[in-house]
This record gives sequence, structure tokens and C-alpha cells, in this order.
Amino acid sequence: MTLLSTPITEETIRSLRVGDEVALTGIVFTGRDAIHKYLHEGGALPPGVSLKGGVIYHCGPVVIKDASGAWKVVAAGPTTSTREEPYQWQIIRDHGVRGVIGKGGMGPKTQQACKEYGCVYLHAVGGAAQVLAECVQKVRDVYFLEKFGSPEAIWELEVVKFPAVVTIDAHGRSLHEEVFKASASALSRHVQPVAH
Amino acid sequence: MHSLLESLIEIIRRTSAEIPDDVHQAILKSLENEKKGTIAASALNIIERNIELAKRKSQPICQDTGSVLFYVDAPIGLDQVAFEETAREAVKQATKKGYLRQNSVDSLTGKNDGTNCGPGAPTLHFHQHRGSELRVRLVLKGGGCENVGAQYSLPDEGLGANRDLDGCRRVILDAVLQAQGKGCGPGILGVCIGGDRATGFEWSKTQFLRRLEDVNPVPELAALEQEIVKTANDLGIGPMGFGGSTTLLGCKICAVNRVPASYFVSVSYMCWAYRRQGATLDADGRIAGWLY
Ligand code: SF4
Repeated sequence: MTLLSTPITEETIRSLRVGDEVALTGIVFTGRDAIHKYLHEGGALPPGVSLKGGVIYHCGPVVIKDASGAWKVVAAGPTTSTREEPYQWQIIRDHGVRGVIGKGGMGPKTQQACKEYGCVYLHAVGGAAQVLAECVQKVRDVYFLEKFGSPEAIWELEVVKFPAVVTIDAHGRSLHEEVFKASASALSRHVQPVAH
Repeated sequence: MHSLLESLIEIIRRTSAEIPDDVHQAILKSLENEKKGTIAASALNIIERNIELAKRKSQPICQDTGSVLFYVDAPIGLDQVAFEETAREAVKQATKKGYLRQNSVDSLTGKNDGTNCGPGAPTLHFHQHRGSELRVRLVLKGGGCENVGAQYSLPDEGLGANRDLDGCRRVILDAVLQAQGKGCGPGILGVCIGGDRATGFEWSKTQFLRRLEDVNPVPELAALEQEIVKTANDLGIGPMGFGGSTTLLGCKICAVNRVPASYFVSVSYMCWAYRRQGATLDADGRIAGWLY
């Protein structure tokens, strides 16, 4: 288990390898479809938000206001990342993002950007909404709440020991690609070849 | 039936927060099978902790509380219109209480009115029977796993799948391969051989009502179910697609008639967050017993 804390340096990111388990402490910014498209189209980050050395979390958390009026995250599992594949590479490049958390993996464009600019894709356990919500200590702020609505807003979350696995590293490797290839070849041993 | 509303809300709460015991047992067993210290074992450990936590806090296991699908076995004479109205109200109230996320979107406008009710939502399947019992089952079907479902039209030349059981086996395994970990595996498959494009998926989903440990009464299908699970777990896809020996926790297959021109195999994928419960209700609509 590798402990990571934000902001993350390029050197730390490049020391990570596919298959490493990490526990992340610090700040993560949630972002999903609306914000990725917005940044891709040249939109500016709201004042006070910097992704430099930072981490984006593909997540639409369920957030409520407690009795004292403070935000509280009650469920915070990852959402499917591939929807951001058209945009992610550019956001990594332009904003100095060092980590992207999500589920299901991402494609070749993101893989290339991770290698080129020094970033990793961190796979969280899909569906583990309660365990992951427990890692969120505090909601620091929320941006674009009116503009994009709650699940699509940027939530600035303080997390402690958020568990994830490096599945795309900064060396061009992708666990998703490797498992797909290995499983396809294992399957070919179980089905008779197709006669053409 | 003055307790019906309350009972339906409780069925929704329990379905959303508690994994049925048969599935929980299968997850615990798979944890024993994964090598200690691997990322597959880690993922299953987190899943296990999540199951405990959701139950203890009475909160959704996963924040995607899915499509709301009711299956109602009704005695002759049940007022289905009134039942459906009560079920919609139960869904609205369960959403307010946080058992369901505001999860239903108008497909044209993209608007979410926060009630989880609209055209086609929730979905109710009524099935009349001659007995006196009223049984209500509920499946909450997540989106990520629904997206990796697949329907094949046989023969499928590319996969070498003819219109026979071996052809069915090939396409079902192809669905597992294509899904990888994207449906939040380890998963459970519900499969229908035959039917048309709509009923194929309707039947494949009813397979999720079966207990994981039951044995298919049709011997060929029982054998196919076992073989699919065994082969899938040999592919090394593993939990979340991290690699490992648990790709599927189960596979349930039914066969229904088809027209001679069509041969569909419809494969539905259910994530590990398998939300399915049900109860028998008494004449007042009170919960008389749980079905799982
Ligand atoms: S596939 Fe299932 S576990 Fe994964 S996010 Fe969707 S509902 Fe949750």
C-alpha cells in the first residue's frame, strides 16, 4: 500500500506502477460529464480551484446538509470513466492533473496523456458508496452547483486514506488492456476456433 | 390493504440497503478463493465492508439505486390499478427518505424531477395466480451493469455461434469478455434463450429472482449454467476487472419459445451490488414473511 497525499509531484506519480494499491489523503475535486465538456470547450475553472498536482474524482456524490447547515457526503462511489475519454487527455495536459479516480478504466488517449504529462488513473471499487463516503472527512466547498446541478458540480472534498488501485500508470501500461488481452486469449482455449 | 404503502417502502429500504443472503454467501466464498494480498482480494474486502456498513447504517449499498422493477404475484381479484398507484407513492416516499437516489431522468429534456416516477418508472410486472398469496418482489437494477448487457442474434458468424447450445455458450462467454469489470463485477448473469427482442430481456431479468444456489430443472440448462460460471472464472478477469479468479458469482438461464426465423440470446448482467428482495403480504398488506 502506497500512501499518497495531495498535491502530488510528478516524481511520485512516475514511481507508481500498474497494480499498486494506494491510499490517498488530501483534496480531491469531483467532476463528471458536464465539467469535462465545459473545460474541454475552453471554460475556465472557478476562482479558488486549481488542479495543479491535484486529483479529479469521477463521482456524483449524494450530499445532504446536516442539522448545522454543513454539507455531508452520504454516498460517494465512482462513476464510469469512459464517458470522459474524449476530454480527459486535454484536461490532464492543460491543468497539470496528477491523478484521475474513477471506475471501469479509460482508453488510449488518456493512457497516452498519463505517460506524456505524468498522471495515473486510480480505480476505486465500483459500488462501494458507503466505504468511500466514510473516507470523506469534510466538504470544503462546492462550485458550479447552480450551473450544473448537484451530481455534476465540482465538490472539493477532503479525503483520508481513500483506497484505489493504479490501473493506468505513467509508463504507458494499462491493466485494463492487459486483462482484456489475457482473458481473450484464455477464452480462445475454451471455444473451438471459428472455421472460415 | 391499509398497510400496503408502509410495507412497500420497507421492501424498498431493505432491497436498497441489504444484500440478500444467498448473494452475500457467494461473495464470502469468493473471498476465500482469491489469493491473499492480491488487488482482487482487496476489492472483495472493500465490497464486504461496504455490505456491512450499508446494512448497519440502513443506507443504499450503491449510490446508483437503479431502475425500480416490481414483480407482483397477485391473487385473482387484486386491484392492480390501486396497487400501482400505491407503489408509485412508495417510490416517491422512499426517495424522500434517501433509500433511493433521485435517479430517474426525462429522456427528452434531461430533467430530473426528483421523484423517481415518470413514464415507465417504476416498472411493474403483474402475474396472476389462483392461490390467495400476494407476493411482491423488487429488483433495483443499476445502470453500469445494465450497460454491459448484450443481445445476440444467432447464427453469429464472427463468434462461430450456431443455433444450438454451443452457440449459446459462445455468445454468453463473449458477453462476459466484453463486459470485463465494467459492470462492477463479480457479476451474475441472467440469460434468456429465445423470445423476441423485448421479451428476451424481460425473461433474462426474471432470472435474477432465482436464488443463486437453486438448480435449473432443465438438465441441459443446469449444465450450461455451471459451465459458464466455471469457464468465466477461468478467464482471469476478476473483481472490478483487476484480474483474479472471481469473474461471475452465478449464471441463470431460461429458454422460451421463439419464432422459426429468430434465435435471440439475451444476456443481462447484474453487478455485485445485487439488490433483490421480496415479501409475502397478508390481507391487510402487512409483511407476513421475507422471500429471500
Ligand atoms: S454497476 Fe452496480 S455496483 Fe456498479 S455503480 Fe452501477 S449499480 Fe453500483
